[in-house]
Amino acid sequence: MGRVVVTGMGIITAIGNNVAENFDSLISCKHGVGPISYLETSHKGEIPAAEIKLSNAELAARSGITEPDFYTRTTLFGLIAAQQAFDSGISRYDIKDNKRTALVSSTTVGGMDKTEKYYHDYLESDRYSRFVQTHNCSDSSMKICDHLGLRHTNITISTACSSSLNAIMFGARLIRHGLADRVIAGGTDALSKFTLNGFNTLMILDHEHCRPMDAGRKGLNLGEGAAYIVLESAEEASKHNKEILCELSGYANANDAYHQTASSPDGFGPYLAMKGALDMSGLKADQISYINAHGTGTDNNDLTEGLAIDKIFAPNIPPVSSTKPYTGHTLAAAGVVETIFSILAIKHQLLFPNLNFRQRIEEHNFEPIKNLQEAEINHVVTNSFGFGGNDSSLVLSKY
Amino acid sequence: MEAYIRGIGNISPQNSWDNAVFPGEMVLYEGNRLKCIEPDYKEFIKPIQMRRMSRTLKMGVSAAGRCLRDAGIEAPDAIIVGTGLGMMQDTEKFLNAILDNDEKFLTPTSFIQSTHNTVGAHIAVMLKCNKYNLTYVHENISFEEALLDSLMRIKEDPSEKILLAGIDELTDEYFTITDNAGFWKKDIEGNSELLKHSSSGSIAGEGAIFFVVSGEEHPGNYARFAGVDTFYKPLSDDETESFIREFISSRGLEFQDIDLLITGMNGDNEGDNVYRRIQEKMFPGTPTAYYKHLCGEYYTSSAFASWLGAMIIKTGSYPESIIINGLRPEGAVNNILIYNQTNNTNHALTLLSTC
Repeated sequence: MGRVVVTGMGIITAIGNNVAENFDSLISCKHGVGPISYLETSHKGEIPAAEIKLSNAELAARSGITEPDFYTRTTLFGLIAAQQAFDSGISRYDIKDNKRTALVSSTTVGGMDKTEKYYHDYLESDRYSRFVQTHNCSDSSMKICDHLGLRHTNITISTACSSSLNAIMFGARLIRHGLADRVIAGGTDALSKFTLNGFNTLMILDHEHCRPMDAGRKGLNLGEGAAYIVLESAEEASKHNKEILCELSGYANANDAYHQTASSPDGFGPYLAMKGALDMSGLKADQISYINAHGTGTDNNDLTEGLAIDKIFAPNIPPVSSTKPYTGHTLAAAGVVETIFSILAIKHQLLFPNLNFRQRIEEHNFEPIKNLQEAEINHVVTNSFGFGGNDSSLVLSKY
Repeated sequence: MEAYIRGIGNISPQNSWDNAVFPGEMVLYEGNRLKCIEPDYKEFIKPIQMRRMSRTLKMGVSAAGRCLRDAGIEAPDAIIVGTGLGMMQDTEKFLNAILDNDEKFLTPTSFIQSTHNTVGAHIAVMLKCNKYNLTYVHENISFEEALLDSLMRIKEDPSEKILLAGIDELTDEYFTITDNAGFWKKDIEGNSELLKHSSSGSIAGEGAIFFVVSGEEHPGNYARFAGVDTFYKPLSDDETESFIREFISSRGLEFQDIDLLITGMNGDNEGDNVYRRIQEKMFPGTPTAYYKHLCGEYYTSSAFASWLGAMIIKTGSYPESIIINGLRPEGAVNNILIYNQTNNTNHALTLLSTC
């Protein structure tokens, strides 16, 4: 199989509106979790979240959108992050022919922010009917294509919190099958009342700053954001003398097949995902230099993810951290956000800390990274696990 | 890239549950809404589970069960689902609860079951299937995206047996919302009149259609998916034409090899004109069909077209009502081209051929 590499990236999260700002926050331990101010919810002041500190009008202005009302917040994030990825991996190299550039995007609730606002109106009259289709998950994908002038394959995936890792995987396969020269892959999700209340009724939201992989963890903080990477074959990248950010050396998708929301007691799905990605990469477990964990901060996820890590990597468990205390859990975008953080770890040879860690989880044989540290990083595993038992992992390698 | 269709499970507004009855009599509906003819779910779902399951989930699990039985396999190597809207019933329930009670007194069940991957996930749990599991959610080409993934996987490993689905449910609320938005014809007598109305809009439908596809030859195979491709917002009909030409020629076929063209014509004047222009220019002598009078318009209705095409190839018969240009296939039907587009935006081509 041909080698697939990453040549561009773009990101917007609560810790920064581009790659450089996100990196600065990561190395200065500056997180984005705080009181809710943009989302209109009665839980303001009670539940914290990692919001992007820009209004929809400000977001629209950044993309030159003149009719902001017609764009959901999910779409506005997507436009910004995808444009950055496009600029850094495609237009920077003066590539103008995008006939074979595909978009593989993902989202969990699509344009739920507009749906929440107009739902009762939709049922009563046609006054706001023009927004009905912004609900669809593909709305953001199509508007990104319009914005970037893409008219090739245009895919939207939704597998809850593992969505964007599956988008990256699908993009890599499109390239390997010769169905696209380049793929912009990632995901986008805005905070909504729907998801905030959903996670709240499940009683898995920490009302303070979350503490993944810690014995005293009390749940997750929701975040919002979008991120995209540019994928292509190593040959295509070298043809244009591109800077190669990393190689995508392994990937796998598995299903826990246990419960719609809870993971199996020993994390069998997460084990299969990590094992599958490692097997594809041809690497041995002890060659992995860093694991960017899914690490949401919920009781169930962190316990079982740690057990699965233990099963594969013990006794030489590589440094592990969850970066979710920085960004919150950005749902569909989480996988690609953390892929970019993993790429930054490889690029700068730095391990990012797992903020708020105090005490090891009793059943775990490892403690996560406490402080920013330099390290030789050649291969990184990044995980995303979701509702429905949808578990995915990638192996990213220094090129 | 290709895959054989080895099993089928189809819940639709027609009598499609029994694969032995084809084409059967067309089921007639009055007005602008078609509903699925639901099977006895007890055959596939325990009563205790049924209570908490939405209609979409019940249809999905049952059609999947029926499909696997038809293919003679217990558990697939992958579960790949296309759904334009996902779990509308649970989404509406949770959304209404939030809006009606100012975000108070909420219970998690409907939220848990509202994620778009619920059908694929539920089937995985029921079958204890730890394998590849994915859900595609891209309006009218959600099914084609799931099919593309399936064909890539079969090329990667021809021995895989993949459960592939197109599923969308039409709830009462979503019907009201889309009716208010002008999606549906106001004064149509019924589904048999769909193409007789020169107006905008279509008739609403739904369906849960599952296939088992595999790279392996098998005596029970129905037909073969011989290719799928999508493209977005052509700048002109010329671009659409070259896309179609390229699709056919890259599969080693000539235009005259297409024995039947199945279009997604749905009665909407503007959208149907795209099909008419392409049909008249590129396929003037090709028998041409439509199918949305049988299943209604919904995002994954192209899965119904794939079912229809597979059954035509397998049985050599077809429902009389599908032909729209007076030309009928003569002799064996070897190749069927399915052309699906909405508002000249997302276009998809699927090629079905004999095994």
